[in-house]
Amino acid sequence: MTVANISVSETPLVLYTLRRADDALILGHRLSEWCGHAPMLEEDMALANMGLDLLGQARELYSYAAKVEGRDNDEDKFAYLRDVRQYRNLLLLEQPNGDFARTMVRQFFYATFADLYWRAMMRSSDLTLAAIAAKSEKESAYHVRHSSEWIVRLGDGTEESHRRTQSAIDELWAFTGEMFAVDDSERGLIDARIAVDPAALHPQWLKTVSSVVSEATLALPKSDWMQQGGRSGRHSEHLGHLLSELQSMQRTFPGATW
Amino acid sequence: MYTQALNTSDGDERHIEDAERATQFQARIDADERIEPNDWMPAAYRKTLTRQISQHAHSEIVGMLPEGNWITRAPSLRRKAALLAKVQDECGHGLYLYAAAETLGSSREELVDAMLGGKAKYSSIFNYPTLTWADIGTIGWLVDGAAIMNQIPLCRCSYGPYARAMIRVCKEESFHQRQGFEIMLTLCRGTAEQKAMAQDALNRWWWPVLMMFGPPDQVSQHSDTSTKWKIKRFSNDELRQKFVDATVPQAQFLGLTFPDPGMKQNEAGNWEYSAIDWEEFKQVLAGNGPCNRDRMAARRKAHDDGAWVREAAMAYAEKRKQRAALQAAE
Repeated sequence: MTVANISVSETPLVLYTLRRADDALILGHRLSEWCGHAPMLEEDMALANMGLDLLGQARELYSYAAKVEGRDNDEDKFAYLRDVRQYRNLLLLEQPNGDFARTMVRQFFYATFADLYWRAMMRSSDLTLAAIAAKSEKESAYHVRHSSEWIVRLGDGTEESHRRTQSAIDELWAFTGEMFAVDDSERGLIDARIAVDPAALHPQWLKTVSSVVSEATLALPKSDWMQQGGRSGRHSEHLGHLLSELQSMQRTFPGATW
Repeated sequence: MYTQALNTSDGDERHIEDAERATQFQARIDADERIEPNDWMPAAYRKTLTRQISQHAHSEIVGMLPEGNWITRAPSLRRKAALLAKVQDECGHGLYLYAAAETLGSSREELVDAMLGGKAKYSSIFNYPTLTWADIGTIGWLVDGAAIMNQIPLCRCSYGPYARAMIRVCKEESFHQRQGFEIMLTLCRGTAEQKAMAQDALNRWWWPVLMMFGPPDQVSQHSDTSTKWKIKRFSNDELRQKFVDATVPQAQFLGLTFPDPGMKQNEAGNWEYSAIDWEEFKQVLAGNGPCNRDRMAARRKAHDDGAWVREAAMAYAEKRKQRAALQAAE
């Protein structure tokens, strides 16, 4: 016996909230994969901290999506009973951890974006989203600080760390454009001042990222080709494997309470 | 970062052994005074504590692996967050235990190298595998429960930094223990399959958990001097008995049975258990437990894979220092 995937009524606000929740869950899950295997104990602590922040954000956002949707879905059903095609996270965040440089560059690109995003969302006319944003912004501010310090250390550290970090930037760069894309479903919410217009955040994001990368003696790629698809469920092959692990208990023991 | 240059103190006046100092030292212990890092102490006391505290630290760090095995598969978001936070706590315990060991004059790097080189031990219990989600509940309930039994008396240990570290560790462990019991309770009140999972976990973990208290009193090597120095306040068998007596009613409440048909309550009210298979314990300590090789391989891999990161951090710190010196010279 298997449990079927849930169906979700993806009204614009439900979809919008699920996208942010999926971002937080998938990146939080990736960070949690490091636990016990980090380069030093202090980093085991820090990666778990950031992972816990993101899991907390995911849970609040899923719960809000469930409330807005008004059916019998909840945080666990959203997390455990949707398949790859129903997940709405950014492609960047499902990319495998790779080495420590890859994880930190992914974190740095996203956290720098998320911090600006949450700060803007604190002014949302939707009070729940504004409250979640206020809490999340404090967390993402730390994620930016932690990851950018590492980018500088690694970039300006040894030849090997420089090479690894530059290669991580080159590999992940094509996934950054998706953070700033807007589709029709979100356009209406932006006009209603519920959602944030991410395109407006791009100049500031690029400024911060460029400045850290240059301090780290690294360079941003010239290429402007950007990969997209996560927001509409067209993912990389990596997400399916992540979900098969994440969801294994719920799929093996349908309907049980844990 | 690893602290450095703490490990050479030969020739220091504090290391000269003399009878008068030894007598004064023992008198302080007998008066229940705390020994602090800068105080004179016998070399054997320093050595015993360094061994014990660092083994404890290694256990916390290796102990992250069996539970970490389930973080990515935890069955709900609430459980996932709680487990990640718990494993993070273990890492924190490891960190401040290494810090406590460093006050005795060995660097973290040196202690970690001894563990990775197979010279230093960690708790035998972490060489058993976590096969199902119920193992996560059982580890919290029994492994952390046994650890608390061992560690509560250490809050009064004669060595100040260790005693203080233990106070914080015990608070967090007791939270973990309740969390583990609550996982077990949920399983035991769940489906028949979940209850069977809980029973199977108890069956597999029970004997190894009893072994956590160490060899029986007749053969324990370190107990006599440790007792004299108030590092150890209860014997292995005393603590084991206390643990069994506390655990039996909890298992009864859960509706689980022990894999020990000979278990019975004596007239004094204590629960008598059957003979422990000390050969198994010996084998696990010798490196032949089900997961010894996996655990060591995982720790060594994390250490080796992280080497370039630690080198980069040091190189960067050095560059910064040089730049600051150059600027100051201008």
